[in-house]
Amino acid sequence: MLKVLKSGFYTTIQDKGRVGFASKGIPISGAMDSYSADLANSILNNSLNDAVIEITLGACQFQFFEPVVIAISGGDFSPKVNNHRIQLNKRIYIEKNSILSFGKVNYGVRCYVAVKDGFQSEVKLKSRSFYPNITKDFIIRKNDEIPYKSFTNNLNTSKLSVKVNKNHFESEVLECYKGSEFDLLNSSQHQKITKQTFTISNDNNRMGYKLNEVVANDLNQILTSAVLAGTVQLTPSGKLIVLMRDCQVTGGYPRILQLTEASVNKLAQKTTNTSLQFSIVGI
Amino acid sequence: MSNKNLTYKKFGEKAILIEWHPIISDEILNDILLFEEKIRFKKNIEFYDLIQGYNSLTIIYKNFITDFEKEVQLLKIIYTSLLEVKKQNYYQWEIPVCYDLEFGIDLEEISQKSNLQIHEIVKLHTKSIYKIFFIGFLPGFLYLGGLSKKLFFDRKPNPRLNVQKGSVAIGGKQTGVYPNNSAGGWNIIGKTPINFFDVEKQHPCFVKAGDSIKFNSISLDEFRCIATEIKEKKYQLFKTLLNA
Repeated sequence: MLKVLKSGFYTTIQDKGRVGFASKGIPISGAMDSYSADLANSILNNSLNDAVIEITLGACQFQFFEPVVIAISGGDFSPKVNNHRIQLNKRIYIEKNSILSFGKVNYGVRCYVAVKDGFQSEVKLKSRSFYPNITKDFIIRKNDEIPYKSFTNNLNTSKLSVKVNKNHFESEVLECYKGSEFDLLNSSQHQKITKQTFTISNDNNRMGYKLNEVVANDLNQILTSAVLAGTVQLTPSGKLIVLMRDCQVTGGYPRILQLTEASVNKLAQKTTNTSLQFSIVGI
Repeated sequence: MSNKNLTYKKFGEKAILIEWHPIISDEILNDILLFEEKIRFKKNIEFYDLIQGYNSLTIIYKNFITDFEKEVQLLKIIYTSLLEVKKQNYYQWEIPVCYDLEFGIDLEEISQKSNLQIHEIVKLHTKSIYKIFFIGFLPGFLYLGGLSKKLFFDRKPNPRLNVQKGSVAIGGKQTGVYPNNSAGGWNIIGKTPINFFDVEKQHPCFVKAGDSIKFNSISLDEFRCIATEIKEKKYQLFKTLLNA
C-alpha cells in the first residue's frame, strides 16, 4: 500500500480509460500523455492498461509500505527517493517505508508513476481512471491509501534508462488532420488557424485546453455529434478549445481540427501561456 | 434509405464519422440504431466504441486506420446488407416529476416571459412523449426530442454553478434531466427523484437511445415518498414495451 503524504496540485489514477460506455454518455478518460504512461509501464514489463499515478507539476509525496519496483516517465519534477535524486525512465527498486517526493519542475507538466503490476485501486465500469461521480473521488487527497502488490523479485539488474526525445516536451508544433467542419471555414480563417501562433489560456485541464486567440467565427453550431480527445472546437466567441482525455462524448461546436494521438500527448505536457501552432498533415 | 444519403469522414487516426442529413428526425434515429446494431452483430470490425449523435454515428477503432477507403467499403456493405438483426426491446418510461416551486425555481420567470400559466407549462411538459436520441454531455444525460414549441425558452445568460441532481429543465429547444449535480444554464422547472446515472448498478443508466420518456406530475409528498422508496430499493419504474 502507498500512502499519500502530500497530494500535489492535481493527482489522479489513470489507465487506458473507460471504453465501451459512450452510449451512456460516459467519457473515456485515461492518461493525458499516454505515450509517457505507456513508457513507464513498458519499463516494468507491465500491461499498458495497468493503472499509474498521474502527477501534475510535482509537489507530491508518497510513502510505500511494501517493497516494489517503480518507473517514472513524462515530465521531470526532480523525483527523489528518501531524498536521493532518482532518474526518470528507469527501474527503481523501492524498499519498505521509502518516501518518494517531487520538487523542482525541470520540464513537462505531467509525470507518471508506475509500479510493477499496476496500482490496484477500485475498478468502476472496467477502468480505474478517476472521474467525478464514477470513481469514489476525482483526485487523490492527502492520507489516501492506494493498494499495489508487493514485489521483491529482481526484475533485471539493468542500470540503463530509456532516452526520451525532448521534442515531445519542447516542440510547439501540433500535427493534426482537418476536422469534419474544417471545410465550412473560409480561406482567411484557414490562414489564421494554420499560420497563427496560439497560446494556452489558464482555462486548461483534463477536459480541455482553451486557447487565448480569437478566430472570427460566423459558423452556426452543429447538431450535437461525437467529439474525441484532440478535437479542436471553434466556439461562438471565436476561441478554440482543444478537447482532452476527460472530454464529454458529444459536443455542438464545429470541429475544425483533429490532433494526432502523438500531438494530444505533446499538448498534455504544456500548460498556461505556452505557445503552439497547428500543422495540418492530412485530411 | 440508400447509401448516397450517408457521408463517411475520417475522424483523426482511429475513428470514422458517418453522417446523415442534418435534421432531427425519428426516421434518421431508427436508421442510425439499425446500422449500429448491424455493426455490433457483424463482429468483423474491431472497434472500441460507437458514439451516436442526432444525425451521426462515430466508430472508434481499436487500432489506427491504415486503409480508410477499405473500411468505408466494409461499412457500406454492412449498411446495405439485409441482415436480420434481433431487434432490441425499446421501452417508454414513466418518469415522476415534481413541478412544485420549491424545485421548479425558474417556473415563475418563464411563466412571466411566456404568458403561460405555470399549470399550463406543466400540462404542456407532461403531455409530450419524448424520444431519446442519444446520451451525452454528462453520464446519463438524455438528449430528448419532442418538446412543445410553446416551451422553447432560451438558456439563462449566466449558468448556475450548481444545478441539483434530478433537476428537470428546458434549454432552448430541448428538455432534459440533470443526472448529477453540475453547472448548467437551462431553466429549471421541476425535479425527479429518479436516478438517471448510478455507477453502483449493473446498468448505471437504465435508458438507451431509441427509448421514450413521459414525465408525470407528482406532488411534493409523492416526491418524498418515492425518494424514500428509491433509497430503500423498493421503487419500481413503470415502463411499456414499444415494439411489441
